[in-house]
Formats: sequence, structure tokens, C-alpha cells
Amino acid sequence: MIEINNISKAFNGKQVLKGISATFKKGETNLIIGGSGTGKSVLLKCMIGLVKPDQGNVIYDGRDFYNSDKETQQSIRREMGVLFQGGALFDSKTVEENVRFPLDMLTDQSTQEKQERVAFCLQRVGLEAAAKRMPSEISGGMKKRVGIARAIVMNPMYLFCDEPNSGLDPLTSVKIDELIKEITEEYQITTIIITHDMNSVMEIGQNIMFLYQGDKLWEGVNSDITKTPVPELKEFLFSNKLLREMQP
Amino acid sequence: MSVIGKYFIFLGTIFSRGEKLSVYWRRLMEECVGIGVSSVFIVAIVSTFIGAVSCIQTAYNLVSPIIPVSTVALIVRDMSILELAPTITCIVLAGKVGSNIASELGTMRITEQVDALEVMGINSAAYLVLPKVIAAMLTFPMLVIFAGFLNIFGGYLAGTLTGVISERDYLEGIRDSFVPYNIFFMCVKPFVFGFLIATISSYKGFFTQGGALEVGKASTGAVTSSCISVLIADYLLAQLLL
Repeated sequence: MIEINNISKAFNGKQVLKGISATFKKGETNLIIGGSGTGKSVLLKCMIGLVKPDQGNVIYDGRDFYNSDKETQQSIRREMGVLFQGGALFDSKTVEENVRFPLDMLTDQSTQEKQERVAFCLQRVGLEAAAKRMPSEISGGMKKRVGIARAIVMNPMYLFCDEPNSGLDPLTSVKIDELIKEITEEYQITTIIITHDMNSVMEIGQNIMFLYQGDKLWEGVNSDITKTPVPELKEFLFSNKLLREMQP
Repeated sequence: MSVIGKYFIFLGTIFSRGEKLSVYWRRLMEECVGIGVSSVFIVAIVSTFIGAVSCIQTAYNLVSPIIPVSTVALIVRDMSILELAPTITCIVLAGKVGSNIASELGTMRITEQVDALEVMGINSAAYLVLPKVIAAMLTFPMLVIFAGFLNIFGGYLAGTLTGVISERDYLEGIRDSFVPYNIFFMCVKPFVFGFLIATISSYKGFFTQGGALEVGKASTGAVTSSCISVLIADYLLAQLLL
């Protein structure tokens, strides 16, 4: 479980996050939604320690990330898996080397153990045939799947996904969503997904938080989202024509 | 001043908390190939031609019955060892290696590859930059020794083929009044220049923000700052060591 308390962040005097608090449950897909520039990615970066919030704290199963010593922060970081928006694969390494990288750097496993783990993760995301290919030789959807394989290779307790569907066709997008949901339930990890993809919201969003101009305006489960009285969320949801027709 | 402070803090990060030695050894070998071996061709071309031009121009300026012809070779040798091989080669390397380092790290930064390392709990600065710095400090002196040899050889080729100096005079000239300390001085320079070029270029690339345009600016800035720092360090080393 991850708790965030009163997270605020400003850049050059502009308040990007205004005291956000939330709890993200284990074994569920937690979605943070909102339009572009509402502070979703900054909130994610605050949670994973890439951007230090001006105030507030992030608590990983009782461990306060920003008020811990470096060793504790390192150990929390090693329990995280992060899928970046563009995949963030290392260009000079093959798919297999990318997935094996955290094992090479952070564990003392034998070559045999590492090979087995990498093969398992690649098979889990359906990319065992692409193991020897370079990132430049695979499609955007495949890059995301390699990113997922790399994120889960260390058996993380927390999985963060920054816009996993961006730039993907609808079919691949659905497959990525399903894969993330399956992994979350199978390994009982705490998953947080940043998205503005409405299909993801309706299909895999178990707990949803809506951000608007740095404020949390709504929080709930996906079955309640279409009944929201919040005008900003309504405007965000029903900008899609199909959803507009579903509007109660 | 804040930039200089940030640069020194960056240097502190590079040399702090690293990863397993086996990882660094592999990265160091890769960087030695990338920085050193891949620069051999350009260094060879530049050095040979600079040596050849030095010989022809020195001979052109030394037309005097009281100066022996072998002095041309002596001047080419001392110019090569003291200045042309270490400084000009390192300025060429600042362009080639410096821009390469800055653009590589800048691209890694804007495509979130550096962030990916950080969230894994890896010291990204140490992992990415330290092998480059050590590789530059190891390979630059080797390249400069190679460049010094080619400078003198280029002078020999140009001098003997055009007839401005005979083979005998040239060989006599390069042996005349030889000071072995100059070779030590020639090797100290690229050691220092390698450190400056690798760290300054890494600093420029590592803190790139934005997109492709900023990567280009970081690359240009890395070359400019590296060249200026090489020239300043060249002057300081000459004052201190000669």
C-alpha cells in the first residue's frame, strides 16, 4: 500500500500540485487521470523520488520515503518497477539485456538464474522471440511490453506506469492494459497508472483519482465515475462522443 | 559561479557510491573502444598532415646559410612534442569525443533513460560518467603519443618527398638536443585534458532539459567549454611544469 499525504510542488512560483493526499491499495490498479498539464506526471515523479515535493510525504507500507535514510530509500527504490511513457529502454542494449539489466546491477544471481528470470519475464509479456533485437528494431507497443518486463523482473512490490497507452493503437492499448491488470492481480502488487485514456479508466481502473489544475477533485471506483457531479470531471469524461452517449 | 558549483557537486556524485566493480570494468572497456579506438583514424589524419605542414612552413621560414637544415626537423620535433600533439589532438578530441558524450547523455536524459537508472536505485552519474572519464584519461595519452609519432613522421614524409630536407638531415635534427622531460610533459597534458573534456561534456549532457534542440545546444556547449578549458589548462601546465 502507498499513502501520499499533502503533496505540494511548485516550479518557478507556479503551483503544480496543491496538497494531494490519497491511498493506493495493494493488488488493485489505481489510476490517476486528468487532462494534459494537470500535474499527473509530476505527482508520479514525486512518488518515485525523481522530483522532491515541497511538502508532504510518501509512505510505502509504513516507510516514509522522504524522511528515511539513503539506505531505506535505496531499498524502497529496489522494490519499485517503473514503466516510463516512452519505454526508456537503453538504446545500446538488446531487449534481453534491457530486461536483465536490473539483475546484473543489483543482484548476485548466477548467469543461469538471470537467464531463466529474463526468459520468464519476456514470455510473460509475449516477447520471447524478440529477445535478441535492439530497441530501434521493435514497435512502440513492443517497447512498452519490454518496459513492463524490465519493471517486473525484480519482483517489484510497487508498479508505476506513466501513460502506458500513449501513442498506441486501440488494440495494442487494450492488450497493455490487460497485461498490467493481470500482473497486478497475479503478484498482488500496488499499481499506479497515469493515464488520460478513457478505455483504461473503464476497463481496468479499480480506484480512480481525478486531478485538475494540481487539485484532487474526485476519487472513487470506476462504476461511480459516470455519475460524478464534478463538472470538470464530467467535461473530461464526456469529451469522448461514445461516452457522451452513455451519459446518465 | 553557480554553474561551477554545480559542476563540482556533479564531480562529487561521479566519484561517490558506485555499483559492482565487474559492471564498471565492462563499461570501461566499452568506453575505451568508443572514446579511444574509434578516434585513431581522425587523430592519424590530423597529426600526419599537421606534421607535414609544420615541416614545409618551418623550412620556408628558415632560409639562411648560417642555420643548418637539420634545425627544421628539430623544430618540428619540439613543436610536435610540446604543443601540436597534445593540444591540437585534444582539441580535435574535444570536438569528436566531447560532442559524442554530451549528445549521448543528453539523449539519455530526455528519453528518461537516466530516470530509469535512478528509480532502479543506481547512481546514474557514476554508472554513466565515471567509465567515460577514466577511459578518456587512459586513452588520450596513448592517442597523443601516437599523434606525436605521426607528426614527426608526417614532417619526414613531406620534407623528404618535396626535397626541402634530406633524410639524413631530418634524422639528425630530430635526435639533436633531445630533452626526455618533454615526453613526460607531453603525457601529462592529455591526462589533464581528458579529464576536463570528459567531465565538462558529461556535465553538459547530463543536465540537458527539453528536446532535440537542447541536445544539440548541449553538444555545441560541451565542445566550446571543453576547448576553452583545454587552452586555459594548457597555459597553466606550461607555467607550472616548464
